[in-house]
Amino acid sequence: MSSDSTYESYYVPHNSPLPIFASLGLFLTVYGGGSLLNEIQSGSGGNFGTTVFALGGLVMAVTLFFWFSKVIEENNAKMYSQQMNKSFVWGMSWFIFSEVMFFAAFFGALFYVRFWVVDWIGETDDVTGGRGPSSMIWPDYVPEWPLLNNPNPEQFPAPAGVIGAWGLPLVNTLLLVASSFTVTLAHHAINNGERKKIVGWLMVTIALGLAFLVCQGVEYYEAYTHYGLTLSSGIFGSTFFMLTGFHGAHVTIGTIMLIVMLGRAMKGHFTKTDCFGFEAAAWYWHFVDVVWLLLFILVYILGT
Amino acid sequence: MARKESKVGEGQRLKTSLQWLIALAALSSSWQALADWSALNMTKGVTAISREVYDLHMLIFTICVVIGVLVFGVMIWSMLVHRKSLGHEPATFSHSTKLEYAWTIIPIFILIGMAVPATSTLRDMYDASGADIDIEVRGYQWKWQYTYLSDDPTQEVKFISSLLTPPDEYYNRTPKREHYLSDVDNPLVIPINKRVRFLITSNDVIHSWWVPDFAVKKDAIPGFVHEAWAIVEEPGIYRGKCTELCGKDHGFMPIVVKAVEQAEYESWLAMKQQEALQVYETVGKTWTMAELMETGEQVYAQACQSCHQANGQGIPPAFPSLVGQGLAIGPVDAHIDIVVNGKAGSAMQAFAAQLNPAEIAAVVTYERNAWGNNVGDLVQPRAVNALISSEE
Amino acid sequence: MSAVIENHHDDHHHGPDKGLMRWVLTTNHKDIGTLYLWFSFAMFLTGGCMALVIRAELFQPGLQLVVPEFFNQMTTMHGLIMVFGAVMPAFVGLANWLVPMMIGAPDMALPRMNNYSFWILPFAFSMLLSTLFMEGGAPNFGWTFYAPLSTEYAPPSVTFFIFAVHLMGISSIMGSINVVVTILNLRAPGMRLMDMPLFVWTWLITAYLLIAVMPVLAGVVTMMLMDIHFGTAFFSAGGGGDPVLFQHVFWFFGHPEVYIMILPAFGIVSAIIPTFARKKLFGYDSMVYATASIAFLSFIVWAHHMFTVGMPIAGELYFMYATMLIAVPTGVKVFNWAATMWQGSMTFETPMLFAVAFVILFTIGGLSGLMLSIVPADFQYHDTYFVVAHFHYVLVPGSIFSIMAAAYYWLPKWTGNMYDETLGKTHFWLSFVGVNVTFFPQHFIGLAGMPRRYPDYALQFADWNMVSSVGAFIFGFSQLLFLFIVIKCIMGGKKATDEVWEGAEGLEWTIASPAPYHTFSTPPELPERSMA
Ligand code: HEA
Ligand code: HEA
Ligand code: HEC
Ligand code: CUA
Ligand SMILES: [Cu+2]
Repeated sequence: MSSDSTYESYYVPHNSPLPIFASLGLFLTVYGGGSLLNEIQSGSGGNFGTTVFALGGLVMAVTLFFWFSKVIEENNAKMYSQQMNKSFVWGMSWFIFSEVMFFAAFFGALFYVRFWVVDWIGETDDVTGGRGPSSMIWPDYVPEWPLLNNPNPEQFPAPAGVIGAWGLPLVNTLLLVASSFTVTLAHHAINNGERKKIVGWLMVTIALGLAFLVCQGVEYYEAYTHYGLTLSSGIFGSTFFMLTGFHGAHVTIGTIMLIVMLGRAMKGHFTKTDCFGFEAAAWYWHFVDVVWLLLFILVYILGT
Repeated sequence: MARKESKVGEGQRLKTSLQWLIALAALSSSWQALADWSALNMTKGVTAISREVYDLHMLIFTICVVIGVLVFGVMIWSMLVHRKSLGHEPATFSHSTKLEYAWTIIPIFILIGMAVPATSTLRDMYDASGADIDIEVRGYQWKWQYTYLSDDPTQEVKFISSLLTPPDEYYNRTPKREHYLSDVDNPLVIPINKRVRFLITSNDVIHSWWVPDFAVKKDAIPGFVHEAWAIVEEPGIYRGKCTELCGKDHGFMPIVVKAVEQAEYESWLAMKQQEALQVYETVGKTWTMAELMETGEQVYAQACQSCHQANGQGIPPAFPSLVGQGLAIGPVDAHIDIVVNGKAGSAMQAFAAQLNPAEIAAVVTYERNAWGNNVGDLVQPRAVNALISSEE
Repeated sequence: MSAVIENHHDDHHHGPDKGLMRWVLTTNHKDIGTLYLWFSFAMFLTGGCMALVIRAELFQPGLQLVVPEFFNQMTTMHGLIMVFGAVMPAFVGLANWLVPMMIGAPDMALPRMNNYSFWILPFAFSMLLSTLFMEGGAPNFGWTFYAPLSTEYAPPSVTFFIFAVHLMGISSIMGSINVVVTILNLRAPGMRLMDMPLFVWTWLITAYLLIAVMPVLAGVVTMMLMDIHFGTAFFSAGGGGDPVLFQHVFWFFGHPEVYIMILPAFGIVSAIIPTFARKKLFGYDSMVYATASIAFLSFIVWAHHMFTVGMPIAGELYFMYATMLIAVPTGVKVFNWAATMWQGSMTFETPMLFAVAFVILFTIGGLSGLMLSIVPADFQYHDTYFVVAHFHYVLVPGSIFSIMAAAYYWLPKWTGNMYDETLGKTHFWLSFVGVNVTFFPQHFIGLAGMPRRYPDYALQFADWNMVSSVGAFIFGFSQLLFLFIVIKCIMGGKKATDEVWEGAEGLEWTIASPAPYHTFSTPPELPERSMA
């Protein structure tokens, strides 16, 4: 550890009501969400679930708002030492690492299905190779990827086609890569203290993010209506929508983070030495970008 | 398998010394005297593979016991001797590169010594030579279905094998007899000294087909077929269990395999094929209400009771009641349909694969008229057959 | 623990509040540690009661107390509660109490988030336990919840189970981020990584494992949720998926998870044995490297839980060899502990008794683990009571004993009072005998062929099941004695000195007993390099 840091002033906050409200909010959200799903499943109403879910979301949103305000306030009051900021940096990095592992689970599933299961289901009487003669059960099944002929088409009607890589997905790739550059430009602007440019580049980044989301919406619409490619159209649809869907959710979160940063930048926050909030958002944005590149290669280019 | 022969003597010696160790352990952990040692150890089994596995087990077990005795010996020695109360002064060493290398490298060699025989046994198990007999083993909640595959579909023999022990025994209402929870109505019959291949799969959740005497344990995974094989050397009755949690009656779906001489096997198979032919005749015949109710009650007890219960009340909400509500008193076609085709994604199976049309007709009739359901109508096997063949 | 008194030297900080709000709102690592520990103990008793239901039903063949549906719920909830509710929070509680004191930090790095991590847990477990009262019953598919039993065929309460797992995951991830950041950023000036006590080292590595695998668990339950409610086909062959995919993803989490439950225990034992042997820990460096190797290997061995699913032979061999390798670094640890004891000047207070029992009984569990890793033999062991015996040996006299040892060892520091040594020793001997009587016979039951998760069994297994059940009740009820000892110690007793144990080393022994509410508000001067 660097002994030059100002250890003496490590700030330990006194009691705080924020965490308990955040726990409550989280609990209500998932409890409501769970009830709602079960109510839908059993075809009974959905009022209770929706209400609790919405209430939880509200508590959560309000708490998070106060929580971040409090942190920003403390930061502006110069209560945080250099060392404290390092804690935030480490914290954010490990958080992103955990997110990487979350996506890894889904990429792993795609990899496993794509490289093994597709063939195993269609395997004939081959004793040593894979998992036995499963084609006994699915005589009409054709191993291929993307899977346009599901083993059991009654339960999982297969899609007529899938989204190619070189249309909207390519556009989206360009959008996100560009936005990674613009967010870096905003960072440079912070380092140079150029207020107008900070706001400008942030706005461009947010616009690119929103454009990405719109394109993805269009793409989903096409998938559902033109191709019959849905969540329930077999394993291709499952992996496709889960990977791109969670990615989209992360883009949304990242965009919200950037909007908050935009607001703060407009208020005159962020200097070369004090811009951790911005940096965290930017890292998150880069992370989202990298995940997209992986998606683009593994799901779209190699997968279709 | 010649390589294995030399191991027998060694295994024998190990066994004697191990029995001593087990005895010590047993004495120290229990006041119960158990005379039968075989109840404490892995079975040797009746196939070459199962004996190989047994030897492997004894080998690794012995290595572990020896390591344990050495390590614990050192610790116990120092606990007895290096005590403060005996005035022992602490030494000051805290490193020894030599020692640390030694106890990193020696274990690696021990591990290699275990890995070599393990690898060769595993390769023997994955041996791919062709089979004399192919049997499909299909897990259902909570019974097994066996199909003797044949190139000629009319020669295929197919039957369900389920628990024989009556509920009275496991609910402690009558004394438990021999083979409690280990006996089935229709055991699997295989010939000895033939290479029998089991093609294992499942209809609903994951089960696992385990016969310890063959050292065969393979998961039955819905939608996939996995294989295992055995060449049984001695005639006899071998008992196994389902070993993957598969729901409520996971503990109540035993396996029984009867290994017999080739000739006996052939006559048994011929008899089964004959039975299958008779079914066609019963389907054509017109049944009376009394016949349907009688057969229906039997079929119900064997196939439906585990879920819908003897009184038809089920265990709601998991297993619906059939009394005074729903399909059992509703339109008869829908009632037949759910029994024939099951309900996807629920425990209610497609019974067309397990019961013949006469049995389905009987059980539907029974459900519609038992427990005060008194709908009054009756279903002829012909009608069920028509439904099944119209779907094909 | 409530006896912590205010320290007036800390004039620029507040002492604890009064009343309930102190616990709800606290950001103090010691308070939060206490909360975690009590919570975990409550869960231990809850999960233990479920184990006693299981053992009572298995006392004799036949169904006497519960129906199979409920038995399966008990097995499932017992496993889940013990793993996620008892062992993991106990270690997090210990980390909260000890890591800042051991590295000379004023608190955890992110104190508000620390409180958040804790308070999610009571909500998560209330939700999980409430499933017992839901229509269709609680989760009944085992703590490993294999699809499709846990998806298509599951009771409706599975939805809440999934969200409860999400909550636990969020809590663990935040808790571990806090630990990692504290260790990396808040060490007293001059304390290098290789100066840290082993408990801190093992927790650093554990936290890393947690951050890496809890999200994968979240991923797999999310796939379940989608399969159940949104028609995806991850675990369904009909749509091109595979039930075995579930197992791969689950065990990618699950195997590191079992080391999450043992690495901090290694750290605890590495603190206690040197103290009572009055001798430096043998091989500090190799201890650190061994821990890191175990963590690394834990990521590449997961399919040893799936030898019977029908993997291709290359997969079986690879996972067998990789698994066997773990014996090497673990062996290094065991040998180092033995060498630490060798030529020491030992006394056997309660913490030492638990620590020594840990080493011996954990090794027995480890050796049976090694047997399980041999594929052909595992075909016979898999899903029998031999496996149950294996993992209870590493978990009960392993993890749980280490937690008990830690509690006795640091209680005087936490409360300022010595616990009652005679009662402590009684507790130890009852537990030691109880645990062995419970779990040793399960090796025999398993080898003789009794599968696990069976509510009823064939007659030849009767004798040893009865012995095992008797042991379980002895062990279970002995834990009430532990509760009594802890409460008695909090209420009063012989005052503890600051050093507490002759021969104890480390920063936590340089501060007052009981530890003041705020410690190390200014970083301490390190004693000469002897932290190991
Ligand atoms: C704290 C938890 C913990 C720990 C530390 C371990 C440690 C090990 N486990 Fe265990 N295990 C579990 C918890 C744990 N396990 C659980 C919960 C399950 C069941 C899950 C379920 O299905 O519900 C399980 C199941 C399980 C299986 C699957 C069994 C089956 O279902 O068929 C296997 C198979 O390989 C296995 C292996 C091992 C090995 C090789 C180790 C090794 O790490 C052990 C290493 C230690 C030693 C070997 C002893 C000390 C070493 C020496 C003295 C050196 C000299 C030794 C030699 C050279 C041999 N474990
Ligand atoms: C850390 C984890 C942990 C711990 C500590 C334990 C502790 C115990 N376990 Fe558990 N067990 C598991 C983890 C653990 N287990 C797992 C993961 C499984 C697999 C689950 C699955 O298959 O899915 C399992 C499965 C399992 C089975 C197999 C069930 C089956 O296959 O059907 C059995 C059977 O004997 C068992 C027994 C016990 C016993 C007797 C204890 C004892 O140590 C318990 C001690 C008892 C107490 C501590 C109770 C004390 C309370 C009182 C005396 C009452 C006081 C009351 C009040 C104060 C209100 N366990
Ligand atoms: C393994 C458990 C199981 C077995 C065995 C079983 N059932 Fe069912 N049965 C179910 C379940 C679960 C349902 C509810 C399906 C649903 O609607 O989701 C059901 C539903 C039914 C229904 C429809 C009830 C209604 O009113 O909707 C009928 C009729 C029925 N079963 C008859 C039978 C018959 C006849 C047999 C034996 C030949 C049988 N079942 C065996 C589990 C089982
Ligand atoms: Cu079938 Cu367990
Ligand atoms: Cu493991």
